[in-house]
Amino acid sequence: MIGTLVPLQSVGFALVALGAPAIVLTRDLLRLVIVNGFYGLVLVVLFVVYGAPDVALSMLVVSTVAYPLVLLVAISRVRSHGRET
Amino acid sequence: MSRRARIVVVLPALAGLAALLAWSFTGLPGFGSFRGPYGILLNRVATPERHMTNVVNATTYDYRSFDTMGEEFILFAAVIGIVLLLREDDRDRRAEDRVRSEMVRSGGGLTVGIGVLVGLWVVAFGFVTPGGGFQGGVAVASAVLLLFAAVGYRAWSTLGNETVLDPIEGLGAGGYVAVGLAALASGLPFLTNVLGPGIAGTLWSGGSAAFVNWSAGIEVAAAMLLLYAEFLEAHAVPVMRGAS
Amino acid sequence: MSFLPYAVAGWICLVGLYGVVTSRNLVHLAVCLTVTQSSTYVLLLAVGYVRGGGPPIFKGVKLGTSAVDPVVQALSLTDIVVSVTVLALILALALDVSRHAGTVDPAEIAGMHG
Repeated sequence: MIGTLVPLQSVGFALVALGAPAIVLTRDLLRLVIVNGFYGLVLVVLFVVYGAPDVALSMLVVSTVAYPLVLLVAISRVRSHGRET
Repeated sequence: MSRRARIVVVLPALAGLAALLAWSFTGLPGFGSFRGPYGILLNRVATPERHMTNVVNATTYDYRSFDTMGEEFILFAAVIGIVLLLREDDRDRRAEDRVRSEMVRSGGGLTVGIGVLVGLWVVAFGFVTPGGGFQGGVAVASAVLLLFAAVGYRAWSTLGNETVLDPIEGLGAGGYVAVGLAALASGLPFLTNVLGPGIAGTLWSGGSAAFVNWSAGIEVAAAMLLLYAEFLEAHAVPVMRGAS
Repeated sequence: MSFLPYAVAGWICLVGLYGVVTSRNLVHLAVCLTVTQSSTYVLLLAVGYVRGGGPPIFKGVKLGTSAVDPVVQALSLTDIVVSVTVLALILALALDVSRHAGTVDPAEIAGMHG
């Protein structure tokens, strides 16, 4: 088990370390929602590789439904407020 | 302060923070050599003592259930804040919006039931396999949200409105405290596990921590549904009236 | 090599903070705040990791097998669910600002009056 986990963990860490600047450097809001979803999934993989299935389950249910919904509604309302004024 | 000035100020501050973090991280034990006494003790003791095979949930709902009560109340307070902030005066809940494809409507409607069942299963087996109140509650809320996406706003708003969800959320939050007070009433400290431990690896395990688990699950599901309901009303109703 | 996970957690925290300070948009600012929050989960789980240990679930697994720390997992999983609500609260505040000021650029929002 030790032999197979170490390469997976390195890949997981590399993806997470790349995903965080990707979110910060994305300016377009719709693209931000997609990149955020991708970052959430990468975190799920990292948590599974850590041996933490409960945390992975929690992050999975949250980042696939709740985050996109809240972000998309906020973006749509912000755009319509911007168009009214 | 203009953006350029902000960047000039923040970079030295972040460098200082990076130095502090590097200094503190080198004081930690290396990755993989966990020394802390409580984790190792809990792994050895939780299953024989409380008959729960999921030690993480045993920690959350039994050994440290007081902290979970605090987390639940953060959820409760944040949802109250959202309901107050997104309150507008021109709301009309009787707006009409239906998904036009028959197949999506009927298939999605069936999947809602399956999704709710899966979420309830995740909550129920929290002490046996990975899962528990928090994860299962969010899963149930996501399944009910599918009503909006697959069937229409009308169907969603029969379940996702305040008159239905407020009592359920209060039941969850109050139920948690009531379980703790029941322990207090029988002379033991607040939130002690009072019923017998049961048989490990089955649904009948955990004692009164199982009630705590279900209260947390109900409260999280209702809080997330209230959150979705507020956001969807802020979005869906103006869209249906043709405002944006 | 054994401090790489901590370094990754520190890197994510700093990147998130940089994003918060230099953001041009309140929604983008809220997402960068959640990135900073996720660095704490990575750090906590890294501290609790036991080399060669499995998950702390003992159904069908013999008692006494080496497992990772359950306490930090209990902290992280409730926090992840709560963080969604906090993000929603921040976005609701941003919507309020956008309704009154007409913009979500932090630099263009005028100061408070009254």
